[in-house]
Amino acid sequence: MQDGVENPLLAVRNLRTYFHTFSGTVRAVNDVSFEIGEGEVMGLVGESGGGKSVVGFSILGLIDSPGKIEGGEILLGGRDLVTAGEDHLRKVRGREISMIFQDPMTSLNPLHTVGRQMDEVLRLHSDLDASARHKACIEMLESVGISHAAERLKAYPHQFSGGMRQRVVIAIALLAGPRLIIADEPTTALDVTIQSQILKLMRRQIASKGASMILITHDLAVVSEMADHITVLYCGNVVERGRTRDLIETPAHPYTRGLIDSIPDTTERLDRLSQIPGSVPDIRNLPAGCNFRDRCPRAQALCAEKEPVLTPQHGSLMAACHFPLKPGDRA
Amino acid sequence: MFGYLLKRLIQMALVLWVVSVIVFMMMSFTGDPVFMVVPIDATDAEIAQARRLLGLDQSLLVQYWKFVTSLLQGDFGRSYVFRQPAMTLILERMPATVEMVLVAMVLAVVIAIPLGVYAGANPNSRLSRTIMASSLLGISLPGFWVGMVLIYLFAVHWGVFPSSGRGDTVELLGMRTSLLTSDGWHHIALPAITLSLGTMAILLRMTRAGMMEVSRQDYMKFARAKGVTKRDVLYKHGLKNSLIPVVTIFGLQLGDLIAFATITETIFSWPGMGKLLIDSIYRADRPVIVVYLMLVALIFVVINFLVDLVYTLIDPRITLK
Amino acid sequence: MSGFLSSEFFHNYKRSSSAVIGSALMAFFAFAVIAGPFLVSQNPYDIASLDLMDSYKPPVWLQGGDPRFWLGTDGQGRDVWASILYGARISVFIGLVAMIASCVIGTFLGLVAGFYGGLVDSIIMRIADIQLSFPSILIALFLMSAVGTGVDKVLIALTAVGWVVYARTVRGSTLSEIKKEYVQAAKVAGLPNHKIIRKHVLPNVLTPLIVIATIQVGTFVLIEASLSFLGVGVPITQPSLGLLIKNGFDVLFSGLWWTSVFPGFAIMMLVFGINLFGDFLRDELNPRLK
Repeated sequence: MQDGVENPLLAVRNLRTYFHTFSGTVRAVNDVSFEIGEGEVMGLVGESGGGKSVVGFSILGLIDSPGKIEGGEILLGGRDLVTAGEDHLRKVRGREISMIFQDPMTSLNPLHTVGRQMDEVLRLHSDLDASARHKACIEMLESVGISHAAERLKAYPHQFSGGMRQRVVIAIALLAGPRLIIADEPTTALDVTIQSQILKLMRRQIASKGASMILITHDLAVVSEMADHITVLYCGNVVERGRTRDLIETPAHPYTRGLIDSIPDTTERLDRLSQIPGSVPDIRNLPAGCNFRDRCPRAQALCAEKEPVLTPQHGSLMAACHFPLKPGDRA
Repeated sequence: MFGYLLKRLIQMALVLWVVSVIVFMMMSFTGDPVFMVVPIDATDAEIAQARRLLGLDQSLLVQYWKFVTSLLQGDFGRSYVFRQPAMTLILERMPATVEMVLVAMVLAVVIAIPLGVYAGANPNSRLSRTIMASSLLGISLPGFWVGMVLIYLFAVHWGVFPSSGRGDTVELLGMRTSLLTSDGWHHIALPAITLSLGTMAILLRMTRAGMMEVSRQDYMKFARAKGVTKRDVLYKHGLKNSLIPVVTIFGLQLGDLIAFATITETIFSWPGMGKLLIDSIYRADRPVIVVYLMLVALIFVVINFLVDLVYTLIDPRITLK
Repeated sequence: MSGFLSSEFFHNYKRSSSAVIGSALMAFFAFAVIAGPFLVSQNPYDIASLDLMDSYKPPVWLQGGDPRFWLGTDGQGRDVWASILYGARISVFIGLVAMIASCVIGTFLGLVAGFYGGLVDSIIMRIADIQLSFPSILIALFLMSAVGTGVDKVLIALTAVGWVVYARTVRGSTLSEIKKEYVQAAKVAGLPNHKIIRKHVLPNVLTPLIVIATIQVGTFVLIEASLSFLGVGVPITQPSLGLLIKNGFDVLFSGLWWTSVFPGFAIMMLVFGINLFGDFLRDELNPRLK
C-alpha cells in the first residue's frame, strides 16, 4: 500500500502525542503517518515502550493527562478525530472503531457479568431491544468459540481463563460491527499455545466481516502472517513501512532487519540468538540525528548530524535511513 | 457454607474468651473491690465476710471459673454503685448510644461518599483540593474539643441547641427512643455531628483513594473504548469497585464510633452506656466495666463477621472459605 | 545537600502547599516545645508565680483583657499561652517516645514473625488481629483505667496499641523479601540473618515506616489528649493539652471559653501539620504512584 491510495478507511497524518512529565517531555508518537484501506490488516511493530499503544489510544481519543495530542490529523470518513468533540468520539468508539486491549485479566470489570458488559455495547450503539441484544450476544460468543454461551453470559470474568477472556474481549470488540479494530498486543499476555488459536479467530472474524485491523505488536512473526502491510515504529518515529512481503523478505531499514534477524529460526541450528545490540535510548533525551544510530551496524558520520526522512525504496517500501539496505544486502 | 459459619463462630468464641481472660486479669490485679462494698468503718471480720460473699477469698482460677460461668448465664454481678444488676444498667442505656452512633454513621456516609467520589474522579479540581484539605483537618480534630466548641457556639452563645441530655423520648418496642420527637432530634443534633466528623473524614479519604485507584484500572479505559460516557464509566463501572475498600473499614469505623461515643456522651451528658463506662471507671465500679467491655467485645466481633459477609455479597470473586 | 535540593523530592515538596504548610506547622511546634518555656515569663506550674487576682482574664483583644496574658488566664491565674507551651511539651514528648517505642517493638516482632514463621508468626499475628478488631482508644482507655494515671503508664498504653501496625508492615516486607531469589541465594551462601535484615529487608520497609511513624505521632497526641480529657491520662501535676481542655470544660458554660478552646486549637494545628506533611510523604515515597 502506497501513499495516496483512493479512499483510505483511516488516514493518520503527522500525528504527535507527547507526555509532559517532571523529568522531561516524552515524544511518544512523533510525526507518525499511515493509511489503512478497507479490509486491510496493518501491522504496527516496534519494541516495547516505543509508542505503539499510544498510537492506538490517540486514534480513539483516550489519551489522558499528562499526555496530549499535540498535532496532526486522524481522518475517518472525512472527519478529523483530533478536532472532533467528545460526543462524536463516543459514537465512533465501539461502533466504527473498537479496541482489543493487551491484558484480558484486567480489561473486564470484575463486578459485572460478561453478559452485562457485552450488552452494554449493543445498548450504546444499536436500537435492538433486550431480547434481540441477548440473542446477538449469544451468537457472537459462539462465533468466537465459547460454548454454552447462554450460561456463560451470566458468569463473571474471573470464572473464565485468560484465553477465554480474550475471546470475550474480541466478541465485545466485534459486536457493533466496527469497520476498524485496533488490537493492542492481543496475544502477548496469553500462553503460547493459545496465541495461535486467538490469532486464527481474529483473522477469520475480520475476513468474514470485511473489517480492517491495526495489529499492534512487537512480535514480527505474528505480524508477518496476519498483516497486509506493516509500519515499523522506533522511538516514536516511523522508520519503515510497506507491504508485508517486501518488508519481511527485503527490508530497507537496519532496524527492521535487526528485528527480523532476532526471530529464532527453528529450522536452522544456531549457536547464539541474534540480537540488536544496545537498548532503546531514553525517549526523553533522544540523540541528535537518527535515533537508531547507536545500535546500527551501518551508521556513519552523517547519521549523527542529520535526521533521516521517509523516502521511497525498492518495491512498496518507504524507509527513513541514510544508508538503507538494498535487496541482496547482508546487514 | 455451614463449615464456614462454624469456623467463624469458633473464632469469635475464641476471641471473646481471650478478651474475658484479659478483662478478668486486669480487674483482679487492680485494687481490691472489697472496699467498694463495705462501709468505711468496717471491722476486719466484716471485711473478711464481705470477701467471702464476693468470692474474693478463693484462688484466681476458681474466681475466673465463676466469672466465666456467670457471664455465660448473663449474670455480671451487681453494680457497686447502683446496687442493680450491671447487665440491666448497661442494657437500659444501650439504645441511647445506639441511636447516636447510627445517626452519626448515617450522617458521615451521606456526606462522605458523594464528596469522596467527586474528589476521586476529579482529583485536580479546586473543590477537590478543598475537600481533601478539610478531610485532613477532620482527622486531626480532637473530637471532644469539637464537641465543646459546638456546645459553646450553639448552646451557650447562640442558644440554638441544647447542650446536654436526650430530650423527650418515646417508648418503642420496649425501648426508649428519642428519634421520634422533635425535641429528641434537637438534642441529638450536636452530639451526633460531633461524633460523625472523624468518621466522615476517614470515609471521605478512603472513598477518594478507592476512586482514584479504580480510575487507573484497565477496565475503566476499556469501557470508554466501548463508547461509554465518562460519567457512566465513573458511576456504573467505577463506583462499586471503589467502595470495596470502604466496606473493609466500615466495620472498624462503626467500632470507632462506639468507642468515641464514650467521650461524646461524657461531654454532652448523653445517657448512654459510654457515659456509664466513664463514670464507672471513676468510681471503680468493676462489674459495670466488665459488662461494658464484654458486651462491646461481642458487638465488635459480630460487626466484623457481618462486614465479611457483606464483602462476599459485593465482590463475586470472594467466596466464603 | 545540593543533590537533595535539586532532587525530585524537593521539587515536589516546594510545589506542594500541604507539604510546606505542614512542615512549617511542625517546625513551629518543635520550636515552641523546645524553646517556648524559656520565652514565657510565667511558669504556670510554679504555684508561687501565680496570682489569683489574675484569674479568668479574657484574651487581650476582648474587654477586660490583660496584655501580659494575650490568650487569657484560667481559674488559678495561669497564663493560657504559657500553659499551652508547657502542655505541648508533654503531649509531643509522649507522642514521640511512644512512637519510637512502638516502632522498635513492632518492627522487632514483625521481623521475628516474618523470619521464623510457624507458631511464633501465628501467635504474634493472632494477637495483632485481635487487637486490630478493637478501636485503639478503647484498648488504651481500658488499660489506663486498670493501671492508673501517669506519663509512664500512658506511654505503655500507647505502645501496647501502636506496635501492631509496624509489626504487620515489617512482617509483610520480610515475607516478600525472603522469597526473592537473591536473598535465597545469600542465605544459601551462608549470610547470617541479621545481615539479611540490614541489607535487604530494612531498606525496603523504611519508606512506609517513615510515613506510618510520622502520622502515628499525631494519632498518639490525639489519643493521649482524649485520655487526659477523661481523667485517665497524665496526672494533674504534669498537665498535657488534653488536661487543660478538661479543666476548661468545667467553666465553659459560664462563657469562659478561652481556657479550653485555645489548647484544643493548638492540638488541632499540631496534628494537622503532622498529617499534612505525612500525606505529602506518603504520596512522594509511594513507588506505585510514580
